[in-house]
Amino acid sequence: MTRKQLSQRIAFSTFTLISLVVVAILFVILGFIIVRGASVISWEFITGKPEEGMTKGGILPAIVGTGCLIVGSMIFAFPVGVLSGIYMNEYLGQNRLRRFINFMTNNLAGVPSIVFGLFGMALFVNYLGFGDSIIAGSMTLGLLSLPVIIRTTEEALKSVDDSLRTGSLALGATKLQTIRRVVLPVAFPNIITGLILSIGRVSGETAPILFTVAAYFLPNLPQSMYDQVMALPYHLYVLATSGTNMEESRPMAYGTAFVLIVLVLLVNLLANLLRKTLSKRVKM
Amino acid sequence: MIQAEAKNVNFYYGDFHALKNISMTFEPSTVTALIGPSGCGKSTFLRLFNRMNELIGNTKLEGSVTVDGKDIYARDVQVDEIRKRIGMVFQKPNPFPKSIYENVAYGLRVNGTNKKSVLDEVVENSLKKAALWEEVKDNLRKSAMALSGGQQQRLCIARALAVEPHLLLMDEPASALDPISTSKVEDLIFELKQQYTIIIVTHNLQQAGRISDYTGFFYLGSLIEHDKTQKMFLNPADERTQSYITGRFG
Repeated sequence: MTRKQLSQRIAFSTFTLISLVVVAILFVILGFIIVRGASVISWEFITGKPEEGMTKGGILPAIVGTGCLIVGSMIFAFPVGVLSGIYMNEYLGQNRLRRFINFMTNNLAGVPSIVFGLFGMALFVNYLGFGDSIIAGSMTLGLLSLPVIIRTTEEALKSVDDSLRTGSLALGATKLQTIRRVVLPVAFPNIITGLILSIGRVSGETAPILFTVAAYFLPNLPQSMYDQVMALPYHLYVLATSGTNMEESRPMAYGTAFVLIVLVLLVNLLANLLRKTLSKRVKM
Repeated sequence: MIQAEAKNVNFYYGDFHALKNISMTFEPSTVTALIGPSGCGKSTFLRLFNRMNELIGNTKLEGSVTVDGKDIYARDVQVDEIRKRIGMVFQKPNPFPKSIYENVAYGLRVNGTNKKSVLDEVVENSLKKAALWEEVKDNLRKSAMALSGGQQQRLCIARALAVEPHLLLMDEPASALDPISTSKVEDLIFELKQQYTIIIVTHNLQQAGRISDYTGFFYLGSLIEHDKTQKMFLNPADERTQSYITGRFG
């Protein structure tokens, strides 16, 4: 073997090894949660309320709470994010304003989530007077996921071939018609990707909901968007650090982690399926 | 009678002077070929007629461009109205990722026609004019993306014809096609000439010779010569035209 071939072989072995390590870490985490959590999972655990100082019973309120927060934050963030993305890619040229907005969006993505939590508390909970509520928490989480949605929308639109735009305009379509009838249908499956990514993030965030919506213990399901809820990540935190009987509630914590991970996986699968059907419909 | 006219047109991309004092007229039911080496301004000139150059920022136009006696750059003119009346076929076939039917119906739909009976009729007529009807009549709901390149280009021509344009602009419509598809498109252009005024940019001199009545030779942003095609090819007045046609540069 020549030196060139040898160094090539060493390089590729290293790359492979490192990739495998990354995959292995993921599997170890998943395996750990599954082994510890799966034994707790039962119908009662999924559909029941926490009982006896959260050492028995189930986590239904937290599941419902997280579901509410996912839906609520997407109702708020998806339209805003997609419309901003459209504005940036279709209406702004490559100019200063666009670079500025891009810069700010990137900065927004880099803001620690606890800061979002504080901001949400100051603006939604206190100033706007929503109190600790689903709406305050959803809006805070929505803000957090905006950069991802804006960015993926922009990228999705950028990947639409310009010849489709010119073709549409040449037939006398206005810019708005072109975007609505040609550009968006083509870009939509990729925009959905942004939604998937942000749902994954929203469902796992703890810090932003800490001061805006999350309840320590609230066995009743929410009645309106002004109610507080329990949420899976916060419930997990509570069980692991500040339960009344920590040793006894530990299995419940692993069970909660298990449910949270399965929930995220399910959402991803569902959204992936949606994206595939949509893009098949576009290409036919 | 004159269908379209450019008068003392100067066009700039930023500081670059792309078209230099060009005047040219186009008679109804004729095919005019625009030829010249790459970068000579012929495509830019073509795009003046449906104001596609405006899509690129930082351009400037001097002089006037009229279609059917109307200045299409006048202040009160709506640009989408202009583009509806002037069809364009591009170099690369660019069908929308929709069905064949919806591709042809698109121009009508965006202009507010949604009546099924009208659309059905226009779709059929346009596809017939574009010599594609026989090949697709049983598959109108099929995706346009499943057609071959040559069929896609004829679909794009049908799509342009559906809005009943007065003028048809073609930007190297056959350059991305195989020889058989190319000859189909050329036959089609010959047919369409009966009803439409066509301006076509082409790099293929034989093609220009075969299908056009008039030829304009562009060089470095200037219109060097514009005459009957036969005269241009057999007996050009300008030495540069002669050189280009005989393949000495370009």
